[in-house]
Amino acid sequence: MLRNQIRPALVVTLVLMLITGVAYPAVVTAIAQLVFPRQANGSLINRTNGAVIGSSLIGQSFARPEYFHPRPSAAGNGYDDTLSGGTNKGPTDRKLADTLIAQAVDSAVKNDGATRGHIPSDLVTSSGSGLDPHISPASADLQVARVARVRGASIAAIRALVHQHTEPRQFGILGEGRVNVLLLNMALDSAFRMASHN
Amino acid sequence: MTMNGWLQILLFSAVLLAVTKPVGIYVLKVYDGSFRWLAPLERIAYRLCGIDPEEDQHWTRYAASMLIFSAVSMLATYVVLRMQHALPLNPFNRDAVPARQAFETAASFTTNTNWQSYAGETTMSYFSQMTQLAFHNFVSAATGMALAVALVRGIARHSAGRIGNFWTDLVRGTFYLFLPAALVLALLFVQQGVIQNFHQYITATTIEGAKQVLAMGPVASQEAIKQLGTNGGGFFNANSAHPFENPTPWTNFLQMLAIFIIPAGLVYAFGRMVKNQRHAWAIWAAMFILFAGGVTTAYWAEARGNPIHAARGVDVVATATNPGGNMEGKEVRFGIANSALYATVTTDASCGCVNSMHDSFTPIGGMVPLVNMQLGEVIFGGVGAGLYGMLVMVVLTIFIAGLMVGRTPEYLGKKIQSREIRMAMLYALIFPASILLFSAASVVLPMGLKGLNNAGPHGLTEILYAFTSTTANNGSAFAGLTGATYYYNTTLGLATLIGRFAMHVPMLALAGFLAERRVVPESAGTFPVTTPLFVALLISVILIVGALTFFPALALGPVVEHLVMGAGKLF
Repeated sequence: MLRNQIRPALVVTLVLMLITGVAYPAVVTAIAQLVFPRQANGSLINRTNGAVIGSSLIGQSFARPEYFHPRPSAAGNGYDDTLSGGTNKGPTDRKLADTLIAQAVDSAVKNDGATRGHIPSDLVTSSGSGLDPHISPASADLQVARVARVRGASIAAIRALVHQHTEPRQFGILGEGRVNVLLLNMALDSAFRMASHN
Repeated sequence: MTMNGWLQILLFSAVLLAVTKPVGIYVLKVYDGSFRWLAPLERIAYRLCGIDPEEDQHWTRYAASMLIFSAVSMLATYVVLRMQHALPLNPFNRDAVPARQAFETAASFTTNTNWQSYAGETTMSYFSQMTQLAFHNFVSAATGMALAVALVRGIARHSAGRIGNFWTDLVRGTFYLFLPAALVLALLFVQQGVIQNFHQYITATTIEGAKQVLAMGPVASQEAIKQLGTNGGGFFNANSAHPFENPTPWTNFLQMLAIFIIPAGLVYAFGRMVKNQRHAWAIWAAMFILFAGGVTTAYWAEARGNPIHAARGVDVVATATNPGGNMEGKEVRFGIANSALYATVTTDASCGCVNSMHDSFTPIGGMVPLVNMQLGEVIFGGVGAGLYGMLVMVVLTIFIAGLMVGRTPEYLGKKIQSREIRMAMLYALIFPASILLFSAASVVLPMGLKGLNNAGPHGLTEILYAFTSTTANNGSAFAGLTGATYYYNTTLGLATLIGRFAMHVPMLALAGFLAERRVVPESAGTFPVTTPLFVALLISVILIVGALTFFPALALGPVVEHLVMGAGKLF
């Protein structure tokens, strides 16, 4: 009973491997590259000289005060796209509560004058991917005053720019409102010269 | 919890209900052989493989075909992973996967589990991802569907003992169901930003002047079948939380729908096959009620947030601009509602892909996925696996109802007697035995405890989750557990094999036994399987079997953690 089943098993494995593992991804790649080349290649953002700045879908680290800051990241040393992932710390983990979140809260209080108890939940927690390109509108709002001060711009002007870069829910219902940090910071650089640029 | 969050959950439920019938009719046509637009190609494939498509197999032969095919394809994957350094499409010169991990990965993908102890972006070559992992995503799903259809044939046929042909079921499921659906879904994904290329990784220079390496690869093609086949293995470590795998709320919605539509449609197809559509809808309703209970609990727990983090200054109250709740391990674009919904869907089914990190959920929020799996993944469930798991529970329900009124139970005209119940019980007992024995061993063995990322009750939950997920062939994780050790690669790999094949054989035996039985006409004493009473009884049996088995372990894990979290205790 078993012997005459071995040949079908071997050949079926090979045939289906070729169809599902080679032909299928090849066809998808061909169509994707033809019809959606920008997306298929990573939604990259280039400088005028062609050098790659990053991807509009992948968050990157910002530490300087003149930029909006993203969420904390557990991917490598922060926003490392080859080491994606979260902290995987549980709800009663001491390091998560007393180090990771507590430090992020402290820095929001110190740098942005945030009030404890009123800090948006996304701004002080790490995302699942460690590559989250977005912050919530509340987290962006919290940083407006600092960015305006450092850039010597008016709060209203910065707030207007944030508003412009706030994406609504998709189709009006799906997901949550959000601000893409990289795109917002690029818009900042083109709209406002630094007050004291180095 | 926000109004919009509930609206999204409602929308998802409505769309699922709407697609159940059309998908079901399609599934039905694929497996009864009436929809075969690639018939010439099919014939060539059969001739090449030495398959007689007209052969109607006895359950023992059907089981043998399935086991041999699984063994051969698992071995092939083991060999390829061990040799990937010498194979093409390896632009970063990835080394051979270590033996322990290659065994576990081959077992895990063959069994539709897709538990991953490696990070895709630093371990696998494009060749391994495509020809092995994506290949298994297709065929393990097609195998699951084949088994479910075989069981349904057993119920529907009279005095035959024969339950169809594994090879044609496998080929037809792959050709007509999974390939076309995956092709369309993959392109929808790319349009939204999922990548699909064979490039080297790209080095970017960020605005602040740092270097950022962007991982590339043929992601969309794998992503589509990952959901449709309820496989769940991510191209990247972060799985569907990674923006290149799941860039927008729309892709997120499609992914959740893709996980559920084939299992939901299959329930409809089942009704047509056994000529009792109302019974199928009763099962659908039981599944939906359990799903709704899960998502409500998870959403409530995650939206409520973590009082410990609130005490550190986090605002857990959601507003129009602040997501609130517990955002640790979640993405802003999905927010709380979509993360809770996704976690429920992926563990109701045997998918196991994640768009947020379950390890960082609140204790009750994280218990929902755990319990979903422990109930046997019968809530729509894995492709095929959900239906046959549910039908085993239905047989037990009928049996218990029969005991209560003192009559020989019968199901859709078939008498349920001791040999059927023995097989159903074997199916129901192997599952918790694997989970609990492996977990118990791991919490006393030093090599089991070494891999923990969290202390206290959360550590126990991490281990329990790992063996639940692998035995249930889910593949999601409390990912803090370091699974890439000899101990865990071996035990978790074994758990995936037990959870699939040790349960398949009694299930196919049940199919064969039922197929041999003559149909007896319905009488006044027949327990009706189309009423709300049946739905309530079925749900009760599922919950009682699950609760009696797992409550002690859950009490020591998430339940204790929930209580100590309220008291502000840290570990």
